[in-house]
Amino acid sequence: MKHMVIANHLADGFVVFLGPDDRWCRWIGDGRVLEDPAEAEAALATAKRHEAENIIVEPTLIEVTIDDTGLPRPVEIREAIRAFGPTVGGGSGANASSGVGGRR
Amino acid sequence: MYRYDEFDHRLVAERIAQFRRQVKRRLAGEITEDQFKPLRLKNGVYLQLHAYMLRVNVPYGTLSSRQMRKFAHVARTYDRGFGHFTTRQNIQYHWIRLEQVPDILEELASVEITTIQSSGNCVRNITSDQYAGVARDELADPRVYCELLRQYSVLHPEFSYLPRKFKIAVTGSPNDRAAVAVHDIGLRMHRNAAGEIGFEVLVGGGLGRTPYIAHTIRDWVSPEDLLAYVESILRIYNIYGRRDNIHKARIKIIVNQLGIDRYRELVEEDFAASKGMPRPELPREEIDRIATYFAPPPYERLEDIQDELDALAASDARFAAWLRHNVAPHKQQGYAIVNVMLKAPGAVPGDITAEQMDALADMADEHSFGELRVNHRQNLVLPYVRQRDLYTVWKKLDALVLATPNLGLLSDVISCPGLDYCALANARSIPVARDISARFVDVDRLAAIGPLTINVSGCMNACGHHHVGNIGILGVDKRGKEFFQLTLGGSSDQNASLGDRLGPGLAQEDVPDAIEAIVDCYLDLREEGERFLDTYRRVGIEPFKEAVYGTVEERAIA
Repeated sequence: MKHMVIANHLADGFVVFLGPDDRWCRWIGDGRVLEDPAEAEAALATAKRHEAENIIVEPTLIEVTIDDTGLPRPVEIREAIRAFGPTVGGGSGANASSGVGGRR
Repeated sequence: MYRYDEFDHRLVAERIAQFRRQVKRRLAGEITEDQFKPLRLKNGVYLQLHAYMLRVNVPYGTLSSRQMRKFAHVARTYDRGFGHFTTRQNIQYHWIRLEQVPDILEELASVEITTIQSSGNCVRNITSDQYAGVARDELADPRVYCELLRQYSVLHPEFSYLPRKFKIAVTGSPNDRAAVAVHDIGLRMHRNAAGEIGFEVLVGGGLGRTPYIAHTIRDWVSPEDLLAYVESILRIYNIYGRRDNIHKARIKIIVNQLGIDRYRELVEEDFAASKGMPRPELPREEIDRIATYFAPPPYERLEDIQDELDALAASDARFAAWLRHNVAPHKQQGYAIVNVMLKAPGAVPGDITAEQMDALADMADEHSFGELRVNHRQNLVLPYVRQRDLYTVWKKLDALVLATPNLGLLSDVISCPGLDYCALANARSIPVARDISARFVDVDRLAAIGPLTINVSGCMNACGHHHVGNIGILGVDKRGKEFFQLTLGGSSDQNASLGDRLGPGLAQEDVPDAIEAIVDCYLDLREEGERFLDTYRRVGIEPFKEAVYGTVEERAIA
């Protein structure tokens, strides 16, 4: 079972994923896919430390699968909507864009 | 409309300065999220799925063109170019940065708009009839009392930490367009034999996971006693309301647990005891002073031009449909009330772009004495349109895609933001609303079906008011999949009722077919002059169950 850590940036509220080098990424494709429970636990501990340091809020481990293009996709609808934006238009651009910005 | 005095300005400015310091301290890590959350909520700031959300009050739904332009400016500058009107006469911005909120609040304060008490366990935005001051059936303008209640309840120290949120609605008309029976307190204006105005006070209504229609706690409260009586209701709630369980904390729970008679006794005792004590009496002069803010605009002396409008309608079927469905009679001769629909086929109910807001502000200046209204059905209103301007106004609204002729018809769907935005939601309500409005586009068919309200909520918190939709749709999550449960027979008007559950939940793609089946069944069964709700109340739920799920025998086999 694969996981990622999702959170919201404190200052702007945008959805972010824990990426390589413990940096936070706006684009799910830049985030780190955690392959085993020990790795997932360690990543969540890092995220909780960042929460205490007031970088992000509400860090959560979410389950993902990898699609044909190699992109991680959250299993739950709710988290998929957070990753890829509303399914009804109205500003779905940012999270689905290049993923630049929003890093630590 | 009401204009801030020096006290209002100072109160709002101090509040923003305070929140600016709180945000700064949060970003600097001086306070934790747990400490900060109740502070931001008191200023209308939520953290939703994608970003922060800012909820902005439009007090009793009255809005100036200047304020609407500011909403457009905020949408363009701080959000993604749009806003969302809710079922509580608020506008919400869904893509807000916390660090920018104090600046946004200052922008809004410059046009006398605030987010104070748009969230939190306090008295929320006081809502009213969108036709206030212009409706033919109105006894007196309810906004006078809304404004008095607003001033009374803003930052009231005794009621700043209620067990739960508290919603008050006021109607000045016997035809309830403000859904007062599903509010914590509903105020219904009456006139007595002496010709005086007074209020029937309802208490304990509400939707959410435990819906109730309100009970009448008192048939008559004079305007002078209104604040004192509301205060007694709030005080008893503050004392007896449950604080141990968030799901049982609303006043409706304690009213129904104690029983309305016992609750009434407690309130009457408090009300009687407070006589002669310092309490918020409302002297006639103060009511009259506030009423001057809601004086009618400088109407021109005009005649009704029904014949000319009929002639125009005869030559243009689209204008005719709009005139028939979206324009309401005005109390002033020669004028009309124009409803502005945020319900085009396939549109997100309540969403509006900055460009549409700016254009409407311009239209309000040119055609409606610079004033607009927001209603709880997620549409807007131009309240003072000259009848001779109606064709021009229609042309302009049509160009803005705000003239779909469906007010109160099946495609005028109410929907909460649902799982596309909301952190509480279980299912996506907007796609369901869009599917329905995209399916039922034929104007003649909609007109033939007649008045029929559909309300969609993405969870049992019921922000889409599904319990009081003629057809209610509730999104639920079943093992990670979205399903939609239908209810029939709800209504939020003066004969309010809660809908009855139709049957098992349906997949999203099956909802429009189910609506078709319900509509066809109704059209088969209806008698002369009946609306959907009348037919439903006459025949009950069984024929509709059969229409959607098959006969009892078929269901048994399935």
